[in-house]
Amino acid sequence: MTETREPVIEARDLHFRAGASHILRGVDLIVEPGEVVALLGANGSGKSTLVKTLVGINPPTQGTVRLLGEPLTAGRRTTVDRSRIGYVPQRANAGGGIPSTAQEVVASGLLHGRRLALPRGWRDRVAAALTQVGLADRVHDPVHLLSGGQQQRILIARALVREPDLLILDEPVAGVDVASQEAFATTMRRLVDGGLTVLVVLHELGELEPLVTRAVVLGHGKVVHDGTPPQARRDHDRAGHRHQHPHADDNTLGEQARALDLEVRP
Amino acid sequence: MITLMLTDPFMQRALLAALLVGVTAPVVGTYLVQRKLSLLGDGIGHVALTGVALGWLVGAGMGLTPNDALAIPGAVLAAVVGSVLIEVVRRRGRTSGDLALAIMFYGGIAGGVLLIGIAGGSAGNLMQYLFGSISTVSDADLWLTVVLSAVVLTIGVGLRHALFSVSHDEEFAVASGLPVWALNVVVAVVSALTVTVAMRVVGLLLVSALMIVPVAVAQQVTHAFGRTMLTACVVGVVVCVTGLSITYWHNVSPGATIVVLAIAVYAVVSVVAPLVTRRSPAHDPHPDLPDDVDLPAAATERAVAAAKECR
Repeated sequence: MTETREPVIEARDLHFRAGASHILRGVDLIVEPGEVVALLGANGSGKSTLVKTLVGINPPTQGTVRLLGEPLTAGRRTTVDRSRIGYVPQRANAGGGIPSTAQEVVASGLLHGRRLALPRGWRDRVAAALTQVGLADRVHDPVHLLSGGQQQRILIARALVREPDLLILDEPVAGVDVASQEAFATTMRRLVDGGLTVLVVLHELGELEPLVTRAVVLGHGKVVHDGTPPQARRDHDRAGHRHQHPHADDNTLGEQARALDLEVRP
Repeated sequence: MITLMLTDPFMQRALLAALLVGVTAPVVGTYLVQRKLSLLGDGIGHVALTGVALGWLVGAGMGLTPNDALAIPGAVLAAVVGSVLIEVVRRRGRTSGDLALAIMFYGGIAGGVLLIGIAGGSAGNLMQYLFGSISTVSDADLWLTVVLSAVVLTIGVGLRHALFSVSHDEEFAVASGLPVWALNVVVAVVSALTVTVAMRVVGLLLVSALMIVPVAVAQQVTHAFGRTMLTACVVGVVVCVTGLSITYWHNVSPGATIVVLAIAVYAVVSVVAPLVTRRSPAHDPHPDLPDDVDLPAAATERAVAAAKECR
């Protein structure tokens, strides 16, 4: 990150419409090199949509995105160097109709842009990425038989395997137990010390709190707060408050508690 | 007796064609199952029938002999156009892939029967394409099969990691900047070529079985994408060559024999596979991690005991 002081992410006046719903309504977001930015907001405030727009999954209806100083244009003509960007989606899709191993899924993270074949030494790189998320012994296990939290960590490994300079994560610790969250925070600390820039969607800061340098809070498709990480609600740690962490098999009670957890003070 | 079969030039050509189809069809089928488009091969097969009739019509118009000289090129063309069209429909997302496939099924058959009538033939002329005619494989047919199989295998195996990535998680592939649209079209075109390659062996109506059933067999015994593809190819070759050999001595339809054989293998494996895996020693699937809550001493002891039981 010596050659450039340009923002790593630069989004200007982003709008995204899906049919009749206007999901992003003019979002400006700048992330500088070395920052760890938490993206917060209630369910449905547009966090995931924003992240998907930033990585090119949702083409913006209006506005521009620049990644690593290069414009992200629709189609393949973009000059953004994808090998430097890692993306962790919110949850494991059901995957395809054929079971695949952790090694196969993580290895797919090594392909990007014009690189359509695996590089030399890919097995070692996949093993290293799985070690970083604590799943080194699961390399040949079929992913669909792993638990929800373990599948989440496979997706993190898939993003880390290309050794990115920018990591964009969508609720990476939802449904992950505290011990694994701590391990994840330790890994992130080491990578951030090594110059990694992070944009992470969270519903509470949790174990990542000491790492987060700035928080951006979305509300109704707009940035409503951009600055110091907000404190959790004052009644958050009151006696009897129970943390409910969302999980793949969430019940409705969990959903309600999750919505409560999301309220932060700008 | 086997030497008799192997020295018969008709049988030599037929066996080689069956071998090639046995390898290529499951390679493509693996991607189709992965993206939950198992019936795509059927849809393409139906459209290819229109192509056969169209080739026949053009051939008859040009006064070519035999009048089905352009049938196979017509099938290749129609199959490629049809498969790309379905990819376009899928991308636009207005019509579900399922509905688009259904329309292809009906349009393909109806178009084929209509055009063959206009060309002065009858629906009966289409039978050899619907159910295969491997015993009449000519040298030219064989060369076309070899070339198309080589193309399919080169792409299907050479691009396997990229095609896996796109089939496994399309959004992630987009975020990685992979040429997702181009790769999807490649899968569609390769499927179309495979359908036309397999057309002579098992017929358009049974093409898809050869793509899908070996993959279904492989899934019973393996849990990895790469191994599924490899196992499916082995199953494909074995059933194609065995099925064809049976028809050398018994007067039955090669295509139907091959497909029935494949389904029989599937049935046997799905009965046997669970018995074999049940016996193999299971390792402890539970990671040894601290709990998120403070447990009373008695619970901790029980947890330690439970961990021992799993080892």
